[in-house]
Amino acid sequence: MDFLRPNTFAEALALKAEQPDAVPIAGGTDVMVELNFDHRRPPALLDLTRIAELREWSAVDGKLRVGSGVPYARIIEQLGGQLPGLAMASRTVGSPQIRNRGTVGGNLGAASPAGDTHPVLLAGDAVIEAASARGTRMIPAAEFYLGVKRNALEPDELIAAVHLNAAPGPEQFAKVGTRNAMVIAVCSFAIALHPAEKRVGAAVGSAAPTPRHATAAEEFLAGELDWDAPKPLLDSVKRRFGELVAEAASPIDDVRGSAAYRKHALAVLARRTLGWAWQDHLGKETRECA
Amino acid sequence: MRVTVTVNGEQRRADDVWEGESLLFLLRERLGLPGSKNACEQGECGSCTVYLDDVPVCSCLVAAGQVQDREVRTVEGLAEGDRLDPVQEAFVEAGAVQCGFCTPGLVVAAHDLLDRVPRPSDPEIREALAGNLCRCTGYEKILDAVRLAAARR
Ligand SMILES: Cc1cc2nc3c(=O)[nH]c(=O)nc-3n(C[C@H](O)[C@H](O)[C@H](O)COP(=O)(O)OP(=O)(O)OC[C@H]3O[C@@H](n4cnc5c(N)ncnc54)[C@H](O)[C@@H]3O)c2cc1C
Ligand code: FES
Ligand code: FES
Repeated sequence: MDFLRPNTFAEALALKAEQPDAVPIAGGTDVMVELNFDHRRPPALLDLTRIAELREWSAVDGKLRVGSGVPYARIIEQLGGQLPGLAMASRTVGSPQIRNRGTVGGNLGAASPAGDTHPVLLAGDAVIEAASARGTRMIPAAEFYLGVKRNALEPDELIAAVHLNAAPGPEQFAKVGTRNAMVIAVCSFAIALHPAEKRVGAAVGSAAPTPRHATAAEEFLAGELDWDAPKPLLDSVKRRFGELVAEAASPIDDVRGSAAYRKHALAVLARRTLGWAWQDHLGKETRECA
Repeated sequence: MRVTVTVNGEQRRADDVWEGESLLFLLRERLGLPGSKNACEQGECGSCTVYLDDVPVCSCLVAAGQVQDREVRTVEGLAEGDRLDPVQEAFVEAGAVQCGFCTPGLVVAAHDLLDRVPRPSDPEIREALAGNLCRCTGYEKILDAVRLAAARR
């Protein structure tokens, strides 16, 4: 096995072009488990942790570019205000040790249907910056997840960064698991309100082969919400939204939960997070009017 | 491959390190530092917790090659000579140690917490130690130890 240690992203891309089967390793919280248990013996590891540019984030005109190697702990500490949904999801990942090391780039690389950042990236219209020695391309999150643990990266590509708008409205993320820490989602849900565009983002995780948008639920809710004269939500709207979110899922029965439970729980998460998000929106409107 | 790393303030070198090996294996089997424990090798138990460049991580999930030229501090590096760190002392005095397998990881995690938050609340202690499992104590004595160490610092 080779251990490749590029110091710059350009070097890393050159190495990946030469050895497309080299496995990138960032925080190692997925890769090392596979190595320790002998589930994987790649011909080479490509260590990304020496590349300073991947560990940086920047904000220009409300647009954030988060380097693929920024660990969850720093997203929580530094980006909670601008990317509340991503920070909420990051807080639920693993344990402090895992959050100190694990990265969004690694979550995307692994592309597990249960990865916690995925619903948030979908709901917030994130775009993934994929790079190779051939150039850079921007992949909308909705086109990134192709199947269980499969993503849209070409063999010579690496994830450089994730692009997101600073939240234009309230965002929420919620996940169901068997305990509070260190738990893979049984199912998860993210919602993002875009008041200026009168649009809603909603996505489910751990409830289909890939994380996915709940498109019908998004459209229904965007039409029902009274954006200009916000008032408390009708229960019937919350309920219908929950049903449509559950319908967007195609879950399986597995050790973590049954398909029926997942659908039920998603409807509950959707109603609840919508309530919180709309409450945030109402609070903001009243403050602005006062 | 060869790995050169600063461990507990001392520059160390290991040769013939397998490229897929973990930092935990490097510490225990090649550098003679068995303080960090191996219980799960999948990040679940925290008994392998060490500082990597001042940040607590599971050493079983760090590739040995990733620590080249970096700084690692293990539980062995907390005491000053014969004088235990206050967190270690508090664990002994509070009876927070039974079989002791989880102790090194918990001591490092608690040490880091008190460095960041000198007077942590109970929820803060629980949150900070959520990545460390103990099958013996039922955690109450561990919480006592952290409170004791905080009170003394
Ligand atoms: C105990 C434990 C608890 C966990 N809990 C959760 C949880 O609650 N929620 C959750 O979502 N996940 C969880 N995970 C999984 C893991 O921590 C996350 O998926 C994390 O985001 C992976 O990031 P990493 O940097 O450690 O990735 P790595 O392990 O370094 O890499 C993961 C994958 O992505 C690829 N990769 C990494 N960086 C790039 C890049 N820049 N370009 C292209 N490919 C890349 C790697 O080749 C690999 O296939 C947990 C893991 C453990 C061990
Ligand atoms: S041995 Fe590393 S977390 Fe259990
Ligand atoms: S004292 Fe035995 S596992 Fe904690």
